[in-house]
Amino acid sequence: MKYGNEIVLLALAAFAALLGAAFAQDSQFGAHMWVLFFALVAGAIVLLRTGNYAPVDILAEDKSPYMDGPIRYGVIATVFWGVTGFLVGVIVAAQLAFPDLNIEPWLNFGRLRPLHTSAVVFAFGGNALIATSFYVVQRTSRARLFGGNLAWYVFWGYQLFIVMAATGYLLGITQSREYAEPEWYVDIFLTVVWVAYLVVFLGTILNRKEPHIYVANWFYLAFIITIAMLHVVNNLAVPASFLGSKSYSLFSGVQDALTQWWYGHNAVGFFLTAGFLGMMYYFVPKQVDRPVYSYRLSIIHFWSLIFLYIWAGPHHLHYTALPDWAQTLGMVFSIMLWMPSWGGMINGLMTLSGAWDKIRTDPIVRMMVVAIAFYGMSTFEGPMMSIKAVNSLSHYTEWTIGHVHSGALGWNGMITFGAIYFLVPRLWGRERLYSMRMVTWHFWLATLGIVVYAAVMWVAGISQGLMWREYDEQGFLVYSFAESVAAMVPYYVVRTIGGLMYLAGALVMAFNVFMTIRGHLRQEEPMPGTVPALQPAQ
Amino acid sequence: MDYTTLRHFADSWGLLAMTAFFIGAVIFALRPGGREAAERAAQIPLKED
Amino acid sequence: MALLDKHKTIEKNATLLLVGTLLVVSIGGLVQITPLFYLENTIEKVEGMRPYSPLELAGRNVYIREGCYTCHSQMIRPFRDEVERYGHYSLAAESMYDHPFQWGSKRTGPDLARVGNRYSNEWHVQHLVEPRSVVPESVMPSYAFLKETPLAVKNVSYDLIANRRVGVPYSDEMIASAEADMKAQADPNADTSGVLARYPKAKLGDFDGDPAALTEMDALVAYLQMLGTLVDFSTYDPATGYR
Repeated sequence: MKYGNEIVLLALAAFAALLGAAFAQDSQFGAHMWVLFFALVAGAIVLLRTGNYAPVDILAEDKSPYMDGPIRYGVIATVFWGVTGFLVGVIVAAQLAFPDLNIEPWLNFGRLRPLHTSAVVFAFGGNALIATSFYVVQRTSRARLFGGNLAWYVFWGYQLFIVMAATGYLLGITQSREYAEPEWYVDIFLTVVWVAYLVVFLGTILNRKEPHIYVANWFYLAFIITIAMLHVVNNLAVPASFLGSKSYSLFSGVQDALTQWWYGHNAVGFFLTAGFLGMMYYFVPKQVDRPVYSYRLSIIHFWSLIFLYIWAGPHHLHYTALPDWAQTLGMVFSIMLWMPSWGGMINGLMTLSGAWDKIRTDPIVRMMVVAIAFYGMSTFEGPMMSIKAVNSLSHYTEWTIGHVHSGALGWNGMITFGAIYFLVPRLWGRERLYSMRMVTWHFWLATLGIVVYAAVMWVAGISQGLMWREYDEQGFLVYSFAESVAAMVPYYVVRTIGGLMYLAGALVMAFNVFMTIRGHLRQEEPMPGTVPALQPAQ
Repeated sequence: MDYTTLRHFADSWGLLAMTAFFIGAVIFALRPGGREAAERAAQIPLKED
Repeated sequence: MALLDKHKTIEKNATLLLVGTLLVVSIGGLVQITPLFYLENTIEKVEGMRPYSPLELAGRNVYIREGCYTCHSQMIRPFRDEVERYGHYSLAAESMYDHPFQWGSKRTGPDLARVGNRYSNEWHVQHLVEPRSVVPESVMPSYAFLKETPLAVKNVSYDLIANRRVGVPYSDEMIASAEADMKAQADPNADTSGVLARYPKAKLGDFDGDPAALTEMDALVAYLQMLGTLVDFSTYDPATGYR
């Protein structure tokens, strides 16, 4: 019987979750275990219904050279979690402008904000990274994914992690470590899934038929192992009880703060940068159909990026009680980081040299180019904000939020959309996307949304920082804190509109992807500038 | 081994070692003999799927 | 060029690539984080610091649970405007018992590192129940449910034990009397000499306006009212402290 073992294991795990709910030490843990129980039971039922009861040996084996099932699911999950994460982002943005939109206790800003950050970074970005890395490593190694159904375990295990993290936030289960909020038991589970991911990825590389390991795989590999290291160290904690949700961090105060921001900054450096650069180094050459501008520059890019990034964390703690030498070290490395980042940006952009016209004719290329441009912009803004004098103004303000979003929406979002549009027709064997014109619509909605968002937050943050430190001629502070809050409201409203535009673009993409998967082709004018296919001579 | 000792080491030999490592990596990547290998590697994604 | 040829091996050997990457990414963390556990100025003690009382710890856990750190920092930087607005800049030692730290990264609302003793208990309760009734410009959500939610008293000693395991100096006596101390601190009629002996400067009495019930509001307000009040800066010598 197919999936026999899996069904038994799921049932056992569901029973364990039931026991956890029954003997929970706190009400949140009990509720969380019920969520886990229902998720596992649902999984078992799905497997029972799809399971084939014929003996295994006569089941048709998948004979295709590559294992694409988990990648197809991963692409759908990326689109789904992307829309969800952007939607929650719009909601929390609106809550800041209109506080009556908070619904206590479960839907207050403080609980929804981690839901938004985790949904976009780990659910949307993480699924994009897992799916594309599985695609890229197979094609560039000319080998099937290692470990058979282990890739499916990685996919479903990761979705379960997302569900547990998300429901935990709403229940109030959090470690309060930014971008590492899930509690100890969810962290342990993620570690297991992540090790399986490493095994699948590394095993495929080891089985490769290509002598050289393509540079995209270097970036993916660095992302996987560094995130494993960061995740384990940053989440070291002692649970208050075995059947309770609460744990206490192993470190305290200064040490805890630096560990957290060593993690937090490198989640940006290795999750949102190295991993997505792996995407760039594969999908940009594929979409423009020429090799990367300089392969040797990409090697320098790799080593200098991973070496410099890991030092930059303390710039999140400028002028705090962290010792000055650590702050200075963080600042120096952050500024140096500008160089490899721009090296990578130039390498990505120059891949188009000789094919610049594709920016005009191919909306997918256009999306990728804008992604790389935003990568360049935010990796310039970041080092600038890490200079202590600039940071003294920008820290604690909306400027930081604007910076993060120009990177996340512009770079991570756009390069992912480009990869999705590349992948969907190929993975489902379609001639082309349902509609190229809808890609153009998505492109403009997203780009305008980002520009509105980043510009508004930049102005908001600088005004906020200046209001806090403004003195009158008698030497008194001019503004109370409450006045600076009131001054932010118009910006919050416009920022919400920028977010709505970005969400609208993602909905257009979801529809386009759905129709492509269903096999529809939209009848539409070809993109201007595209040369119609040559007709055979009459 | 106190903080000052560490600081002196980081300011001198540590810094030198890291710079040397970085320059070594750059020289390696740009060495003349590497051009051909790099060009072959860059073609990997473009070969037939 | 034997050395350079080795890199070719790295490019073709996944295990070497893995080990090389791991080495490179470990250096930064080791060099930056490890010294913090040994350097004197990051592990110094400042007079007045003590572990949280059980009620304050429970309030702190409510603060964490509700994500207050997403909008409020607890880290005053040494700038003239911040010191005038919020009080003396924060010392490393002031968060020595914070597992995890709550420095925050964003000030949608003001810094709370020294909010203790600034407002009355009634103000805090009113502000948490209906923020815009006391600060019209506020965009803070309402936390009225805290007033209706009884504080979980069961197993409070587990929290102290876990904190002791990670290095907070809770004594056996503190752990044994954790539950009683928690109730006594918020009870205007209780004998609080034990609480005060174990946790000097602890705020006592009813916090949420309802002396009969021990609620999460009691705990949160007790925590807010002690924030930044433990170190006496009138006798503090900045030369001894690190900055």
